[in-house]
Amino acid sequence: MLLYTLQRLLQSVAVLFAVSIAVFLAVYSVGNPVDLLISPEATQAERAAMIAKMGLDQPVWAQYFTFLGNALQGDMGTSFVHGIPALQLILSRMPATFELVVLALLLASAIGIPIGLWVGLRDGSRGARMVMTSSILGYSIPSFWKGMVLILVFAVWLNWLPASGRGDTVLLLGVPFSFLTFDGLSHLAMPVINLAIPNLALMIRLTAAGASEAVHQDYVLFARAKGVRSKRIIRRHILRNILIPIITVLGVEFGALIAFSTITETVFAWPGMGKLLITSIYQLDRPVVVAYVMLITFIFVVVNLLVDFAYAALDPRVKLVENM
Amino acid sequence: MTDQIKPSPVLDVRGLQTVFHDTQGAWPAVDGIDLTLYPGEVLGLVGESGSGKSVAGFSVMGLIDPPGEITAGEVLFRGEDLRKKSEEELRRIRGIALAMIFQNPLSTLNPVLRIGEQMTEVLSEHGHDDSAAAASLAVESLRKVGIPAPEQRIHQYPHELSGGMRQRVAIAIALLGDPAVIIADEPTTALDVTIQGQIIAELQKLQAESGAGMIWITHDLGVVAELADRIAVMYAGNIVEMGPTDAVLDHPRHPYTLGLLDSVPGDTVPGAPLRQVPGNAPPLSQRPLGCPFHPRCASASDICRRDMPERETDAFGRSYLCHHPVSQKVDP
Repeated sequence: MLLYTLQRLLQSVAVLFAVSIAVFLAVYSVGNPVDLLISPEATQAERAAMIAKMGLDQPVWAQYFTFLGNALQGDMGTSFVHGIPALQLILSRMPATFELVVLALLLASAIGIPIGLWVGLRDGSRGARMVMTSSILGYSIPSFWKGMVLILVFAVWLNWLPASGRGDTVLLLGVPFSFLTFDGLSHLAMPVINLAIPNLALMIRLTAAGASEAVHQDYVLFARAKGVRSKRIIRRHILRNILIPIITVLGVEFGALIAFSTITETVFAWPGMGKLLITSIYQLDRPVVVAYVMLITFIFVVVNLLVDFAYAALDPRVKLVENM
Repeated sequence: MTDQIKPSPVLDVRGLQTVFHDTQGAWPAVDGIDLTLYPGEVLGLVGESGSGKSVAGFSVMGLIDPPGEITAGEVLFRGEDLRKKSEEELRRIRGIALAMIFQNPLSTLNPVLRIGEQMTEVLSEHGHDDSAAAASLAVESLRKVGIPAPEQRIHQYPHELSGGMRQRVAIAIALLGDPAVIIADEPTTALDVTIQGQIIAELQKLQAESGAGMIWITHDLGVVAELADRIAVMYAGNIVEMGPTDAVLDHPRHPYTLGLLDSVPGDTVPGAPLRQVPGNAPPLSQRPLGCPFHPRCASASDICRRDMPERETDAFGRSYLCHHPVSQKVDP
């Protein structure tokens, strides 16, 4: 187990290295930030001095090695735009995104898994078919449109919920969170729902598919022949078996939402990481974009490792074996 | 069983009919069968695939799901009709007084739960609250079915056991509640031949010790010849012949039983072609009029194509459904 973990972490270093090259080259080829950062009135001398200060006069490989050297010491560069370390900038935005994503996934699972079970165990009934059909809708309506409709209905027409921002935050372990204040919750409501809807649909479909397959397995019939109550059959026999794909998808979704909740964060002006990414790309703020992608890669690696651990914990047939 | 005054049957099935619905209508997989089972007796329920023998077993358990439906008959278990009981009343009987063993031990145990939990849940779900006592009962039951080191087994998962071991676990689960009736649905079909023999011997011994009545569902005449007191032969949803094992196997009256016996390789001269019952069992939706066996029967006549035969019972307590029963051979 320990060996396995170490091996996986070593692999992740290789992945991070590969990603760093790819993203560095990609960002380099996108455009020159100098034109955006230096005022048009600057003299040629000022311009050259600025370029030299930022190290942009160096060839690309030299820039990369400077970056790599600094990165290995934990310095992912300084934001061109904000003038503070890129990593610090991203991490300061992380709690906002984190609470948004965790609440959205909790909401999606808490509602989606029971509904999915209900649908899967009533395979083919009218109600079940209706839920399955509407779940396709929930999955395929674009996020930005859904977000705008939510704002239109709950903020503009009904005036129940604020349309943008985080609201009041409370420090928890030194980190600001919105979900502990009423005002913060009212700000969270719409972006959380917007993020939760496609995941709710996904959870319903995933759970329903698993349950409708599991319910016809011999072990379920055998449990019934043993006189086990249907409540226990569902909870212990069926859910235990279908939790494995659900956990996998939740892990992937968690990583993806932390990284790319950009649309929801933009629509609701939620000051999270996704919004930062979009802004940084527009402003050609290279260090932030590079650090962002590196951080996301790292999060994905960690999430995948955790999913593997969950796998081994849930399915006794899975053994985590290091390959030498 | 001797000819003393028989005790009352522990299971008495009368006119049981189970149909399967599809868009064209309702097709009877079990078409009004009568079965009796006495305490301590083994009844062999024999038939080809699709004859309805497994459906009959599941119907007795009350485990028929849509599109299947039990449409008629009584299932008298210790004198009470199970069909009149609520699902909750049935649940309390299942697993304790009325137990079942399935065909494929590789799929009957839940892969993600420990053996111990899959055993003790039978007890806890039937009001047995003492979990330590339940665990020791589980260990005891595993020991009874010949599983070595049962104290360790209860902490293991099904995939850590071989197929034969898993079937022993399933048997141990069935025996936990000291059942009055065990329905064994082809419990050895999925196992290696060597393991089959062990499991048959084990089950036979345990059943005799416990005094439970057992219905052994199989397509294997060799198996029932070994262990059944009585045999019921099923064809196309009907019990076409039923009686004491020796009488049915030595002097079959129904042409189908005779055909089945002839297709057992044991008695054939090596090299000679194996005789078989011509044709195939009709699918559920294409059962012929009259006697369902007539398209495959050498002695079929017009009446067979028109009328379902009445049940005849002879002096040996053997009954059959046939217009032209096989003539009684004279013992050599």
